Amino acid sequence: MSWAPLLLSLEIALIATALTTVLGTALALLLRWPRMPGRDFFDAVISVPLVLPPTVLGYYLLVSLGKDSAIGRAWAAVTGTQLVFSFWAAVIAAAVGSLPLVVRATRVGLDSVDPILVNAARTLGARPTRVLWTVVIPLAGPGIVAGAMMGFARALGDYGATAMFAGAKIEGTPTASIYVMDELYGQRDQHVVAVSIAMTVVGVTMLYLANRLTRRLHVHRP
Amino acid sequence: MASEGTSEAVAQGSDSIMLHAQVALARDEFGLEVELACGPGITCVMGPSGSGKSTLLAALAGLATPDAGRITVGAERWFERTRGARPTIDRPVHARRLAYVFQGLALFPHLSALANVEYGMHDRPRGDRAAAARALLDRLGVGHLASRRPRTFSGGEAQRVALARALARAPHLVLLDEPFSALDPALRAQLTTLVRELARELAVPVVHVTHNLAEARELADHVIVMERGRVVGEGLPGDVLA
Repeated sequence: MSWAPLLLSLEIALIATALTTVLGTALALLLRWPRMPGRDFFDAVISVPLVLPPTVLGYYLLVSLGKDSAIGRAWAAVTGTQLVFSFWAAVIAAAVGSLPLVVRATRVGLDSVDPILVNAARTLGARPTRVLWTVVIPLAGPGIVAGAMMGFARALGDYGATAMFAGAKIEGTPTASIYVMDELYGQRDQHVVAVSIAMTVVGVTMLYLANRLTRRLHVHRP
Repeated sequence: MASEGTSEAVAQGSDSIMLHAQVALARDEFGLEVELACGPGITCVMGPSGSGKSTLLAALAGLATPDAGRITVGAERWFERTRGARPTIDRPVHARRLAYVFQGLALFPHLSALANVEYGMHDRPRGDRAAAARALLDRLGVGHLASRRPRTFSGGEAQRVALARALARAPHLVLLDEPFSALDPALRAQLTTLVRELARELAVPVVHVTHNLAEARELADHVIVMERGRVVGEGLPGDVLA
């Protein structure tokens, strides 16, 4: 058996997590802004991948980022390659599926920051950006990292959207979840067991650490 | 309401920093309507819970926006607004040179005592901050805590670090929101003495909110009594607190 599918999935999940952590933190901050118009609707749109069938998510990705879309054409013009059925398509599919988890965990982290600490920083002469980087982000840090870990676990196991938008194989190698399905149909159960156990160990470890970090959020209350 | 005569009595010199404030602020069922003038020294604001003491401090600091009023500290106008209009002047909180010790102290739990004090010194050269912060901690008797984080401090230590941090900006106005409320009487007495010394050194208006009559008698140069968002009495402690 080959570990290449698992390594490919780890690589995809790692890059997707880096993207969703940055984007998810920015979106979580935006959603905390009380004067944001249509906040609840925007929140629902961000969260909808949690409840949509993966095939529907994959369809939306094909429509919005496929070769006939504006973004797909722009990608082709800049890189000279198609976005669909590429490594980056797998990254995007994994990122879209995991983004809601990252945003939700980050919001829990941000909500745990005592507003009085923010006010204290302001009275000490800190402008809003300095308050953000020196008080809010460090204190919400465990929530942000917990969100990244949950997002990583989710991205690692993405199947439906990845299969539709990135294809069954990326440069000849399937992702781990597609590999499990292929091996299952090929009745190579021992491969299925090995990859399944490896993915479960990674997933449980990430979620366990995320739980521990979320508990730490309340230790920082003054 | 503060009369001109009262204002002059509180001021200690023509070039002293004075606080003049007229604040009108209505929120839900509560309305604050206060006019005050404070010179260098300690003005104790007293009154029952819900009388608007903390809201007044928040308005002075810029953490709450009055519906109307004017706030002037020394020669600087921090806020001006006529009712029904947008503020013509609303200096952001970070640009108001003030020290604010919150009721819960609000020390940054992820920073050491030294870093907490340095936080307010960002307008100083980077190389000078650590020495200046350490000197302030030493001045307040908590230099030995410099590298420790707030969760390891006792109540009195946390109060002293919070005071050191607030003073790090060389403030023109000091706001103290019941900073001693959680302390035992012995510790409260120590810190009361310390605050008196600091107020004398700083020579700026210190607005100190307290419930404690003994603390007000000990500290105050001037007393303001509030009820339901209005000033119902003010003057010298001997007159008001008799």
